[in-house]
Amino acid sequence: MWSDVAQRPAVPAPLATDAPQRKASAVTQGFLQIDRLSKAFVPAKPVFADVSFTLDKGEFVCIIGHSGCGKTTILNVLAGLDTATSGTVIMDGREVAGPSLDRGVVFQSHALMPWLTVRQNIAFAVKSRWPDWKKAQVDAHVEKFVALVGLSPAIDKKPSQLSGGMKQRVGIARAFSIQPKMLLLDEPFGALDALTRGTIQDELMTIVRQTQQTVFMITHDVDEAILLADRILLMSNGNETPEGYRPGGIAEVVVNPLPRERTRASLHHLDGYYALRNHIVDFLVTRAKAH
Amino acid sequence: MNPAKNLNLRAGLLSVLIFLALLGIWYIATASSGAGNSTAGMTAEQIEYAKMMGKDPGASKSGGFPTLGAMGSTVWGHLSNPFYDNGPNDKGIAIQLAHSLGRVALGFGLACLVAIPLGFIIGMSPLLRRAFDPFIQVLKPISPLAWMPLALYTIKDSSISGIFVIFICSVWPMLVNTAFGVASVKREWLNVSATLEVNPLRKAFLVILPAAAPTILTGMRISMGIAWLVIVAAEMLVGGTGIGYFVWNEWNNLSLTNVIFAVLMIGVVGMLLDLVFAQLQKAVTYVE
Repeated sequence: MWSDVAQRPAVPAPLATDAPQRKASAVTQGFLQIDRLSKAFVPAKPVFADVSFTLDKGEFVCIIGHSGCGKTTILNVLAGLDTATSGTVIMDGREVAGPSLDRGVVFQSHALMPWLTVRQNIAFAVKSRWPDWKKAQVDAHVEKFVALVGLSPAIDKKPSQLSGGMKQRVGIARAFSIQPKMLLLDEPFGALDALTRGTIQDELMTIVRQTQQTVFMITHDVDEAILLADRILLMSNGNETPEGYRPGGIAEVVVNPLPRERTRASLHHLDGYYALRNHIVDFLVTRAKAH
Repeated sequence: MNPAKNLNLRAGLLSVLIFLALLGIWYIATASSGAGNSTAGMTAEQIEYAKMMGKDPGASKSGGFPTLGAMGSTVWGHLSNPFYDNGPNDKGIAIQLAHSLGRVALGFGLACLVAIPLGFIIGMSPLLRRAFDPFIQVLKPISPLAWMPLALYTIKDSSISGIFVIFICSVWPMLVNTAFGVASVKREWLNVSATLEVNPLRKAFLVILPAAAPTILTGMRISMGIAWLVIVAAEMLVGGTGIGYFVWNEWNNLSLTNVIFAVLMIGVVGMLLDLVFAQLQKAVTYVE
């Protein structure tokens, strides 16, 4: 599917990979279905419109695009924290209307409660998910997920005593601890330095592969998307054209052709890596219409 | 020795020096004024007139501003026996302070019970915030003592009126601060509790309350400061008991040493109250 992309002209043209996705959303298939979503703060000029895609169970999908194209709005709509102007989101056969424990969210700014320790932060989520659990049961569950992100030694520390990377690990552990049906990650590594980011990407990938988690993630980092995602949604900004205003939307869906057992260390040695990377970077530079 | 400790030590030494300097000035100032106080060169009529005016030149206690020695013996007298009770106009300093503190505690406690829940609701609802705002803005700047006549007329009990005045002056800073603290709880924490489907009661007590606690405590600390300022004035008006009444009573007795002692005690107790709230504030403050 991917091999023909390299010869594709830079002019926007529906990719071969794009068409089946659109079709899949038309017939009711897929674990998560987003159908003709749009959001307008100014009625005549929606930020994005006609956004449709689906996620299969166990799939890892990244969305990439410039600031202001509406990525975070889409994620917030999926989380139930925001509402779309039109369009529907259906997860597991039920329409998404408001936040739910079925969808774990990792926020860009970790969003830990600073007055609680790591243990208490995660226990807060666990008790919300299973209010009837006994203290010992909650403790065991919390400890398991803290161990999963390698933070057992820091379990009784406050977030202010942790580094940025450790805080984000706690955020990830909290999202996983409620064992949601899918995970939504809003640029979780955006504020981290490159080294820490790499380590946590590896950890995240390991946990996601182990738990068969369905993930939807926003990123600005092309390499991060290639490493983690099975499919990458490329999003364009809304812009003024001679023919009038054109809202932003999903310009292209790229299926990652690299083997799923890839690692960060060997990623750039894989065949097709550079072609894929160049394609996405070209999209961002020439076609996404940054403001 | 580390620099911070060194600085504290030097500051402490300087404080002691300033204190000694102030005592020295007091000593010199009162010593010279006392010398000019004698009956020498006065006619019998002049002495008689002076006595009638309450300025008996022969009496030892009428030496103008009290000397350091007189002050010292007064302080010692009060502190060595703080709990005596010789009837309505002669009670130990600890009993007077206890009456004042009791009134402040009651008025302040009632204000907490009203202002914190109300502030919570106002902070959570933009509609109520706007609706209540004009009332708060008008009521807040009213001097608490201006309520006294109304309180005395409606309540018909001077002691409860004093408590009411403390209540009314404590309520506003707490209300405004609680509402502000609750309204400015970070969006992301509310989003977290939303995605975790936390019920409203749990959200209020486990997310909003701890998040707003430092701001609420700031309001309580300001309120306590104001309450302690107001109780002195209120007790001067309603009389009977308390440190404010003590000050007024000793002024009528023309016992300046007692007035000065009471003023110092008001300052010390006010400082201790503030210290307690500073500690509470420290306990609920979090580092982000």
